[in-house]
Amino acid sequence: MAPHPGTQGLAFREGLLWERSKKGRIGISLPEQDVPRVELDEGLVGEKPALPELSEVDVTRHYTKLSTWNFGVDTGTYPLGSCTMKYNPKINEHLAGLPGFANLHPLTPYAYAQGALKLMYELERDLLEITKMHAVSLQPAAGAHGELAGMLMIHAYHAHKGKQRHKIIMPSTAHGTNPASAALCGYTPVPVQLSPDGIVTPEAIREVMDEDTAGIMVTNPNTLGIFEKHIAEIAQIVHEKGGLVYGDGANLNALMGYADIEKMGIDVLHINVHKTLATPHGGGGPGAGPVVVRDVLEPFLPVPRVMKKRERYELVWDTPLSIGRLHSFCGNFATLARALAYTRSLGRHLKDVTELAVLNANYVKSRLKGLYNLPFPQPSMHECVFNDAAQHKQGVTTLDIAKRLIDLGYHPPTIYFPLVVEGALMIEPTESESKADLDGFVEAMKTVAEEAATNPDVVKNAPQNTKVSRPDEVQAARHLILRGEIPQ
Amino acid sequence: MTSAMRYLSHTPDDIREMLEVIGVKSIEKLFDSIPLDVRRDSEIDIEPRSEWRLSREFEEMAGASNLVAFVGAGSYAHYVPAHIPYLASRSEFLTAYTPYQPEISQGTLQAIFEFQTMTASLLGMEIANASMYDGASSLAEAALMAIRVKKKPKIAVSRLNHPHYLQALRTYLRPTAFEVVELEARVDGTTDYAAMPDDVSALVVQSPNFLGVIEDLKAAAEAAHSKSALLVVSFAEAMSWGLLKNPGSQGADIVSGEGKSFGIPHSFGGPGVGMLACKKDFVRAIPGRLVGETVDKNGERAFVLTLSAREQHIRREKAVSNICSNSGHNALIAAMYMSTAGREGLREIAQLNHDKAVYLKTGLEKVGFKPLFDVPFFNEFAMTAPAGFEKRHEALLERGFFAGLKLDLFPEYQDPRYKDAYLFCATEAHTRDILDAFFATFTILKEVA
Repeated sequence: MAPHPGTQGLAFREGLLWERSKKGRIGISLPEQDVPRVELDEGLVGEKPALPELSEVDVTRHYTKLSTWNFGVDTGTYPLGSCTMKYNPKINEHLAGLPGFANLHPLTPYAYAQGALKLMYELERDLLEITKMHAVSLQPAAGAHGELAGMLMIHAYHAHKGKQRHKIIMPSTAHGTNPASAALCGYTPVPVQLSPDGIVTPEAIREVMDEDTAGIMVTNPNTLGIFEKHIAEIAQIVHEKGGLVYGDGANLNALMGYADIEKMGIDVLHINVHKTLATPHGGGGPGAGPVVVRDVLEPFLPVPRVMKKRERYELVWDTPLSIGRLHSFCGNFATLARALAYTRSLGRHLKDVTELAVLNANYVKSRLKGLYNLPFPQPSMHECVFNDAAQHKQGVTTLDIAKRLIDLGYHPPTIYFPLVVEGALMIEPTESESKADLDGFVEAMKTVAEEAATNPDVVKNAPQNTKVSRPDEVQAARHLILRGEIPQ
Repeated sequence: MTSAMRYLSHTPDDIREMLEVIGVKSIEKLFDSIPLDVRRDSEIDIEPRSEWRLSREFEEMAGASNLVAFVGAGSYAHYVPAHIPYLASRSEFLTAYTPYQPEISQGTLQAIFEFQTMTASLLGMEIANASMYDGASSLAEAALMAIRVKKKPKIAVSRLNHPHYLQALRTYLRPTAFEVVELEARVDGTTDYAAMPDDVSALVVQSPNFLGVIEDLKAAAEAAHSKSALLVVSFAEAMSWGLLKNPGSQGADIVSGEGKSFGIPHSFGGPGVGMLACKKDFVRAIPGRLVGETVDKNGERAFVLTLSAREQHIRREKAVSNICSNSGHNALIAAMYMSTAGREGLREIAQLNHDKAVYLKTGLEKVGFKPLFDVPFFNEFAMTAPAGFEKRHEALLERGFFAGLKLDLFPEYQDPRYKDAYLFCATEAHTRDILDAFFATFTILKEVA
């Protein structure tokens, strides 16, 4: 067996940025003063901004050292369930940063922005082709922003019909952002019971769906990695009572080339392009969360939207029923450009992406069965959920398992949800991982399971190989320190 | 499965072995739980491109970028030092997720702590969050935050906020019971607070405002506080705080704005980075992520995401907002820019912005433009164009100059006061040569006309 890739490595010490600060240093080359200097009224001018003083070398060393304390997809296997951390192709970075895009002012007259508008239009066509939906807006800046757009559209739809509704059906397998997005529109989430096999049933929906319910928010496959196979019937029940169906598209990686979103009865779905379409997440964003809709919701899409009139592209603003604007300009263009580079690189092979993502999840699941407890043994799509029930008797928790995996060289799986599984370990390998990398991950999981049984302290004391170990989160919240002091 | 693709590592042998372990005959069998009635009935109709062809197609769409824009209006041309994109593209930063596992995310966490520190410092506020999407959504969140703090049903908003920010604010508040009261402009291009009702949670003022005018924030703070409301200061041009009195020193309670000017290119409008800062009393009401300092089990300084009890993954519908992904990587870039420019550099660059804008304005006056207001500005100002300019604007575009933004393109400015008015901007990125070339071209066109 090959050794685990985790190692001590180089772990540099590096203080806070301003600990390098010294009065009189500057890191930027100032442009020539080629026009007369004109002082602003004294009463308007403030103190010089209280920022550190550093050379370019200081800045370069600081951020280079910081980067070595981070684990990214390029570093190694990152099986973060429900967050789809896949390989980010490098050509996409290059293409999104072409000077013709990077230097293009967002209010440039259309005749001089045809290429950028065309790019948006082409991505819209691809997103509609992948989902089989009717219309799209690229404006939302993230998945949760797309959820908000969807909820605002559902709210506007009911307002247009003349009667507002107040409730929204929310399965417990929904992402946490779903109820938060619904709450912004004043909706009260209505919980529904899952069946013993982890999915929503038509009976449960029939029981709660009424004429005061705006609709349902469904994640499919759900956060247990299980396909909601009654989705079409559930949608029919909701539609019959005048409600609409919101689909959370965070898990679209499991469906490309297989599912038809419109046939599922979904009225609006957001697409996390930083998940399914491989744009990097950058340690917190930016992402982009376009929304695709069925025809009933098209009039409500956020503006501006890109349109093709004869051979000319332009942005359209004046759709009277639109929910309005959600972003300063027309969405996270550079992120959308990366997404188009991805769909155009793969094309029909996007179906292979889905197949290998599902193959990888099922392979890991098969190999870990018996080592870890599997609370829902139903067929999995692109992710599978284990828990720590088998390790708990040695006092080893999911958190300990996660931390020990770090020592062995892997990013831990998601451990904070789904809420329906106590001590969940939610594994999503994605299609990026080769069989050899998956075997390495399985071996690491096996090592941890053995250690939990024979030498639990090594697991409970992990990680040992990292710069810091088990930061005190309780202290961080009790004694808030949210900023440092920059010496002046 | 079809032929091999460079992002996919599996060989046919790998696939066969894996299927054996799983115990199914084919990959298709793994999709049995998708009922036939929701399956698509065709293959994905997108043609795959080679990397070579993809590059050609993108280069064609990107085209040449020779247009010089004398336009800001929420997206400003600033020089980006070369080391910044170089450092920011280190894949340990770029390909990481939200730092949920602090032991292997200290790079992102410390960088964001430093961003929070420098943002708060720049704006003169006690705390800042780990970023929002952009200026418009940040303003909407700031307004909702003020309502959470003050619990009064209205928000008074200056009409001189960026029209897109106003539009986003209206979108966010439409389904709620909260009312947006819009305050009109005075003749000098500043906001008139007289019509502000009593039951407002906040007064929202942008400075410099959309027409480039520097607002008297001290007066705004007095107007807001006299009604026991919060002052929310919004901004679209972060660079202005290199020169102007910061919002905190003028009495702001919450500050929201766009930090794109710090090292992030136009990119046709996105992504940017929303900045959001406030007094520390409101820390439990602030949306989005916060990084806090703590110690690890060995007593070493460490950083973690903190106060997650405000966030959706814990609180679901009771969370203070639904924001989850933010603009973390652009916040990192903005932090790199702020630390690179530093105290002296940012002041110098800001001063240059003002100098170039004055030079542009003086030149425009010489060729027949009249200022809309005779008041101080930072790097942006509004002017009424001489007769026949609209045609010349087209001709200038053909010659590579985007010479101002016509104000009545925005529904908020379709008013006789702004007839033939244009918004102009110059920054440190506009050399004197470019400015003089523009004046020369303008003069030639005028003579031809």
